[in-house]
Amino acid sequence: MAEHTASEHPKSPLTTYFSVWIALLFGTGLTYYAAKLDLGVFNAAVALIIATTKALLVALFFMHLKGAHEKLLKLVVISTIFFLFILLVLSMVDYGTRTWS
Amino acid sequence: MSDSTVAVQGETHNPALLHHFATEEQQRNASSFGMWIFLGTEVMFFGGLFCAYLIYRGWYFGDFAAASKSINAALGGTNTAVLICSSLTVVLAIWAAQTSRRALMLAMLVLTMLFGLAFLGIKGIEYRDKFVEHHVPGPSFSFEHEEIPSHPGEYANPRHAEIFFALYFIMTGLHALHMVVGLGIFSWLLWAAWKGRFTPEYHTPLEIGGLYWHFVDIVWIYLFPLLYLIDRHR
Repeated sequence: MAEHTASEHPKSPLTTYFSVWIALLFGTGLTYYAAKLDLGVFNAAVALIIATTKALLVALFFMHLKGAHEKLLKLVVISTIFFLFILLVLSMVDYGTRTWS
Repeated sequence: MSDSTVAVQGETHNPALLHHFATEEQQRNASSFGMWIFLGTEVMFFGGLFCAYLIYRGWYFGDFAAASKSINAALGGTNTAVLICSSLTVVLAIWAAQTSRRALMLAMLVLTMLFGLAFLGIKGIEYRDKFVEHHVPGPSFSFEHEEIPSHPGEYANPRHAEIFFALYFIMTGLHALHMVVGLGIFSWLLWAAWKGRFTPEYHTPLEIGGLYWHFVDIVWIYLFPLLYLIDRHR
């Protein structure tokens, strides 16, 4: 893919699209089989790490966040993640540290 | 650009370029920026449900595991694969529009919609099973003598399992509603593509519709392990 002839033409994105597709299908299978293993408390962590990797693949390559350079777009994406983080993490810290009767 | 004067004279003016935008790129960026803001609100919308799910799952883990086990994980996994394939056909449709492949673009849009319909069909089978088993929250709900997976001899509290099924139906139901909306958007895209509206220079609606479709896919990528695969290892 790194031949100098290819650099003269815009690279076809098809290779990327199909690789990401294969990776996503593989990730789905991996999630399914990882859930069958007894990893103790790490079952949920493994499932979420695989899911986040898959979501990143979709966002970066299918939604073209990779290579996006508009600053406004970055602002929206980063603030979305930031506020989701506040919602989930602060709520879980609150509920996780209370002693319920 | 040197041909901007030509554009002013109206000779090479792209009919898709609206008069309040200076350039096609500016118009395209404005559309995609608006869509990403909308997706940000959607993330927060589903985020609230995920937050509720996490809190109850922390409290009633065993009951959630027992309830999750009653859902058909093979159907959920198949649906994940179906959605991933539909996301591929969406990017292929956009690529076809960018490279002037009309037949491929139309075929990929039709395939995307077929995958979407397949997803809803499989979801329907799953819902039917839940109705038959009386696992739908409400007056006829029943979840008696269901063992908690990691604690043999202990039974799930039906009231707590009912919370799981309520979250299951609300989250997958809202996701399915997004799929229905997506199918509506793609019917319009298919019609517009058929009419020849999309060219290599202008196919912004395809990209915006695609962003929405991929977002719905991402929501499902999280729903699948969280709802279908709790404590499945026995």
